[in-house]
Amino acid sequence: MLQEITPVMLPVYERPAALAGVHTHYCPGCTHGIAHRLVAEALDELGLREQTIMVAPVGCAVFAYQYFEMDGCEAAHGRAPAMATGIKRLLPDRTVLTYQGDGDLASIGIAELIHAAARGEPFTTIFVNNAIYGMTGGQMSPESLEGQRTSSTPGGRDVQRTGFPLKVCELIAGLEGTAYVVRRSLHDVASIRKAKKAIVTALKVQQAGAGFSLVELLSTCPTNWGLTPADALTWVEEHMLPQYPVGDYKVSAAALRAAAG
Amino acid sequence: MTGTIVIDQERCKGCQLCTLVCPQHVLSMATDTLNARGYAPARLAAAGCTGCAVCAIICPDVCITVYREPARARRGPEVAS
Repeated sequence: MLQEITPVMLPVYERPAALAGVHTHYCPGCTHGIAHRLVAEALDELGLREQTIMVAPVGCAVFAYQYFEMDGCEAAHGRAPAMATGIKRLLPDRTVLTYQGDGDLASIGIAELIHAAARGEPFTTIFVNNAIYGMTGGQMSPESLEGQRTSSTPGGRDVQRTGFPLKVCELIAGLEGTAYVVRRSLHDVASIRKAKKAIVTALKVQQAGAGFSLVELLSTCPTNWGLTPADALTWVEEHMLPQYPVGDYKVSAAALRAAAG
Repeated sequence: MTGTIVIDQERCKGCQLCTLVCPQHVLSMATDTLNARGYAPARLAAAGCTGCAVCAIICPDVCITVYREPARARRGPEVAS
């Protein structure tokens, strides 16, 4: 029998305890599931689950608070950084996360994000960038690429009419309040491993109170891109990576000390 | 056999990503069954799994548990010299 587990075998990869045992509503192949798992694994590794509060966005991840075994709440569209600011200031000993997509964070919520970053609020934002509005039916988001076909730009995004894609990491890395601003991708196994390390580091930076931390994760939307899950990962590699290069955009001295400790 | 996986058949959404990244090519999609949600789940279809966990790392629905024999168990019991 192929799937027999012999007595000497040990489990080397299991579902993290911080993930709730429920079915998610995400489409097949959607990398939100990978991002959720990485956040859960990072919290488990650092033993932070019992003291973590997650602020869910509006968008596909709107039910994120149901998918984690931790405290969570739901913010108005784009206002997760404002709500996280309030929670972190009232309960500074808790780990506070916002989990936001690009429609939520980069469009309606960009003001909240920029000011939270400029104030150096010591919470962590997980920014899932899939270059489209997923939940509402695949409209153009600020992150959509030039020429990208979406339901609101059927002829491809025309940057003369709708502007250029917004590079969030580059934008906020120049703010003095930010401590750790990095971009990672979820398009292959090696990249997913690096993304996990970045999330762990961001949480350590938060624990050290070093300032605002943000991890951007390049993600897929197979359904609204009109691609298979496998082709969507290739699309990230071929089209999104040149526009949104992965890398460390800001690692402050305090963040470096926190990451090493 | 040095490793194996258990796929939660009801949680799998049939996205096929695990079958594409498996370095041993031992995973395939079911062709004769659907789960309760209507997806054809992934299966371990051949011997040769090494328990490398690459499938579990790419799986968006966290439905793969990976088991592996520790290196010591593969070598056999330690012999006192």
